[in-house]
Amino acid sequence: MDLEGAARRPYSRRAFLLGAVSASAAGVLAACTQPAAAPTTAPAAAPTTAAAPASPAAAASPAASPAALASPSPAAAAAASPAASPAASPAASPAASPGAVASPSPAAGGQFTIANPPPVPAANIASAKPYAGATITYYGDGVGQGNDLDKAAATQFQKDTGINVNVVARPQSSTDTFAQYQRFFQGQSPDLDVLMIDVIWPGQLASNLVDLGPKLGDASKNHYPGIVANDTINGTLVAMPFFSDFGILYYRSDLLQKYNISSPPKTWDELTQQATTIMNGEKGSNATFGGFVFQGSAYEGLTCNGLEWLSSSGAGNIVDNGKASFNNPQGIAVMNTAKGWVGTIAPRGVTTYQEEDARNTFQTGNAAFMRNWPYAYALAAANDSPVKGKFDVGPLPAASGQQPVGCIGGWALAASKYSKNPDASIEFIRYLTSPEFQTFRGVVGGYVPTIPSVAADPNVVQAQPYLTKVGNVTRVARPSAETGENYNQVSTYFFQGVNSILNGQDAASVVPMMQNQIDRLIG
Amino acid sequence: MTKAQRRTISRVLFYILLAIISIYLVFPFYWAIRSSITPDNQLFSTPVVYWPDTPTLINYQLVLSSPNFIKALGNSAVVATIVTLLSLVIGVLSAYALGRFRFRGRLPVMYLILAMTMFPTIAVLPALFERVSQFGLYNTLWALIFTYLIFTLPFTVWVLTSFFEQMPKDLEEAAYVDGCTPFQTLYLVMLPLISPALVTTGLLAFIAAWNEFLLALSFIQTPDRMTVTLALFNFATSTAGGFQIPWGQIQAATVLVTIPLIVLVLIFQRRILAGLTAGAVKG
Amino acid sequence: MSVQAPAQVQTAPVALPAVHSELVRRQTRLAWWLLLPSLLVVALVALVPLAQTVLASFTNERLASNRAVQFVGLKNYASLLTDDAFWHSIGVTVLFTILTVVFELVLGMGIALVVNSNFKGRGAMRAAMLVPWAIPTVVSAQMWRFMYHDVYGVFNDFLVVRLHVLPQNVAWIADPATSIPAIAAIDIWKTTPFMALLLLAGLQVIPTDIYEAADVDGANPVQQFISLTLPLLRPALVVALIFRTLDALRVFDVFYVIFGNRADTQTMAIYAQQTIVSFSDMGYGSAISVAIFLIIGIFVVAYVTIFKVEQS
Repeated sequence: MDLEGAARRPYSRRAFLLGAVSASAAGVLAACTQPAAAPTTAPAAAPTTAAAPASPAAAASPAASPAALASPSPAAAAAASPAASPAASPAASPAASPGAVASPSPAAGGQFTIANPPPVPAANIASAKPYAGATITYYGDGVGQGNDLDKAAATQFQKDTGINVNVVARPQSSTDTFAQYQRFFQGQSPDLDVLMIDVIWPGQLASNLVDLGPKLGDASKNHYPGIVANDTINGTLVAMPFFSDFGILYYRSDLLQKYNISSPPKTWDELTQQATTIMNGEKGSNATFGGFVFQGSAYEGLTCNGLEWLSSSGAGNIVDNGKASFNNPQGIAVMNTAKGWVGTIAPRGVTTYQEEDARNTFQTGNAAFMRNWPYAYALAAANDSPVKGKFDVGPLPAASGQQPVGCIGGWALAASKYSKNPDASIEFIRYLTSPEFQTFRGVVGGYVPTIPSVAADPNVVQAQPYLTKVGNVTRVARPSAETGENYNQVSTYFFQGVNSILNGQDAASVVPMMQNQIDRLIG
Repeated sequence: MTKAQRRTISRVLFYILLAIISIYLVFPFYWAIRSSITPDNQLFSTPVVYWPDTPTLINYQLVLSSPNFIKALGNSAVVATIVTLLSLVIGVLSAYALGRFRFRGRLPVMYLILAMTMFPTIAVLPALFERVSQFGLYNTLWALIFTYLIFTLPFTVWVLTSFFEQMPKDLEEAAYVDGCTPFQTLYLVMLPLISPALVTTGLLAFIAAWNEFLLALSFIQTPDRMTVTLALFNFATSTAGGFQIPWGQIQAATVLVTIPLIVLVLIFQRRILAGLTAGAVKG
Repeated sequence: MSVQAPAQVQTAPVALPAVHSELVRRQTRLAWWLLLPSLLVVALVALVPLAQTVLASFTNERLASNRAVQFVGLKNYASLLTDDAFWHSIGVTVLFTILTVVFELVLGMGIALVVNSNFKGRGAMRAAMLVPWAIPTVVSAQMWRFMYHDVYGVFNDFLVVRLHVLPQNVAWIADPATSIPAIAAIDIWKTTPFMALLLLAGLQVIPTDIYEAADVDGANPVQQFISLTLPLLRPALVVALIFRTLDALRVFDVFYVIFGNRADTQTMAIYAQQTIVSFSDMGYGSAISVAIFLIIGIFVVAYVTIFKVEQS
């Protein structure tokens, strides 16, 4: 076998050498472009983003991308002292929520930086002390600001309670995250202690999650009852709300003004009329202008949009009392209405749009109305955004006589049943879902609170202006708790059906078919 | 129309066709370069910006200053190289047997090796994950190296087998007559003759391992063990909910990853082609 | 080194029966030793997971669930036979496979011929040919998705706004009429290099003097191609076809990025993934995977039979 190896070696050595040379060349390049002020500036911030921010923040040219400036903004704010932060922040944090730019009245602004997470509350420390020394693994937010906040929490928690937390960034795609959890649970792996789960997963993962009721039941009373109910499966609290999300309407206030429209649409019919008016006016100067963009691709996001249409038209939820409940005249009518938008007030390709497609279209000035989550607000209000200062948000339209609604999104925290340290895990969850920490996340990261008192906090409101504008909108939840293990399949039948309606099929024939599929599954 | 005119016209058409094909192949790469230096607010604007007025290198700065990305390049290089070497060594041995020897069980073995790669990866993934955890290989590069063999080995074996089969027997017999052992025959006589196949399967195995995503996503947990394909989708975003796609950075990283690969492959291919033409007329 | 038609098999020299069978036995033993590493890899890495998948297809197993796993015999397969969505996905996949394999074969052959010739631009062609292959699929699919966008995509901008070739923006991905060709264009772009490289390797082992002899005989390039090149390329061609078809029948990444779980464009692998991951239904998902395996097997057997690869 030696001879074969000898024959291979010249080729392999060369290949390896070339590969190593390229990689090290890239490394040398990296070293040369490494900004000077790298590690020392932000002690609590993660090393990965600490390296990135200093030079872009210093450069802070108006043409620099919002994403680039946004990710360093918490660290940049941390790098500068509180006194200097008002000077640094206008240039450095355009993509952070506009409130962050406005907020530094020095006391408030200086208090909320990523280097400065709130200390663990005394009661929490007391209940966590018995488990000091334990090490738990926390699957938290994806890379970026979310991960930075998680790491700040872990550091603070370790300092105050002695419990070590190992933070792992989840994959960016939620489907990939779900598959990862599936694999861990299938193998009953102890490598997972605390995990961040999507608001629609408690029912599907319940059999693998620790009952949080005994220890966190009281704390859960601080949170919105609707979300807690969503996290309670068969009477067992399997997850604590972490942050929320809901659908809102974005509209171009400047265009509304230009075409003498006094207020954003209250009904779906008004939306169509206003969009048509604006489109007719803008088509001459911008051939690609679309009236209304939303998430119409065949994926979970369409279930959210579809549920909003149904619920705001009095058609009910997707599943109610164990049966599909949207096969009624109002449901069919609103679905056909949505079908009518495609190609008229919505671009033909809207049936392939996810969140970013819609946001890019709206943010580059190519749409008058958009349905999206609050995350788009900060990006659209950034300094280099073409629609900065030209848009506003409000509740989604509804059928006349009906209330506007927003579909609930967001994530929760749970503990794995196969963890070797369930109690330490629960204490960490207690800290992460505490009002103090949620306020911190709300101001620094723009995460929508799940605690009413936090949502009313002036600092949070300043950081998230849309909270007051859409704060009182009825929130509607997808039927994940009710359908339990079958939710994904129910949702798939639903969004596939809605997508085919949007692509031209008649709702009167598709909706009954969807009802049959769902009823057969969960009946 | 004279023969010369016809020839010119066909030559012109040929060049036009080649140009169209080349544009088809290269245009997305040009688009990646353009996207990587375009400021974020012009990435998706209309009318489309074909080349930014104010190009920016900020995406490259961000990508290169992320230590995880550089590490990922190294990880991918290691995994792809070892997988390629293993595939070639094991593949050559197997293909020699399957291509030059006649024995019962030859066909079943070939189909058995092929069967490895006939299942959709997603189906065997849960079971593979269990094996990887069982052997304690979770979150290590070895998990990737061993599981990548599932798709590099069958292909390597089949291609090399077909090339071995094609080689005429008289060379082999001359070597035996000269007193060579089977291994010497393999190394001294056969391998040089099929070197184009070795280079090609090596390259294809390398790039297949380099570009693999699903298995890497499933078996790697920490950023310092990530491969390039994972690192590409782990660039920082600044908003909640995981919806934002940092496209400028992703494109910059794509350019950074693609160029060395192409350069590497070109150098490698040319070297072997040169070696081949030099040593072709032998014996 | 002169080459006679390589399909001719040189018979072994006549030898005494005892010596001959001893040689054969020794050869066989050597062959199995040479195969040992491959078989080890198969056994250690693939065999158990594949066996588990096949076994799971006879159960009602759910992933990450504490429900007891029961043996259900052929129930999953019976459901498959009446599953419209599955049959539709077979249709989509087969259509996609035929479309892409044919184009990639033609295009790959053309590029291989160009790079193998004395054509002046072949160096540039060789570099261009590698570009699609070198970009990871997960990124290139997303790139094409943005290029196909109906509002800000570069194709629409070029064809509608700049050249005025089309009257209005086309929703390449959304419109069912253009969906499959659009995604086929992506896959052809991405995988032609694979075909081209393999065919190029096949071309490179063909010695050039047979062409010189054919020139002397007065054969033109097309005749030379058909009667000399193609037959000599056949082994490389068959292997390239088998693996390309195999990959096309299992296609997942590009469809997932472009179409997601859209009902009318689901491929077999996407349907399997949806069943296993989204629905956590391991039993039914495994049955789908076994069915995919069988369908691929049909194609492989067809290729081998048509090209009579094993006849020698």
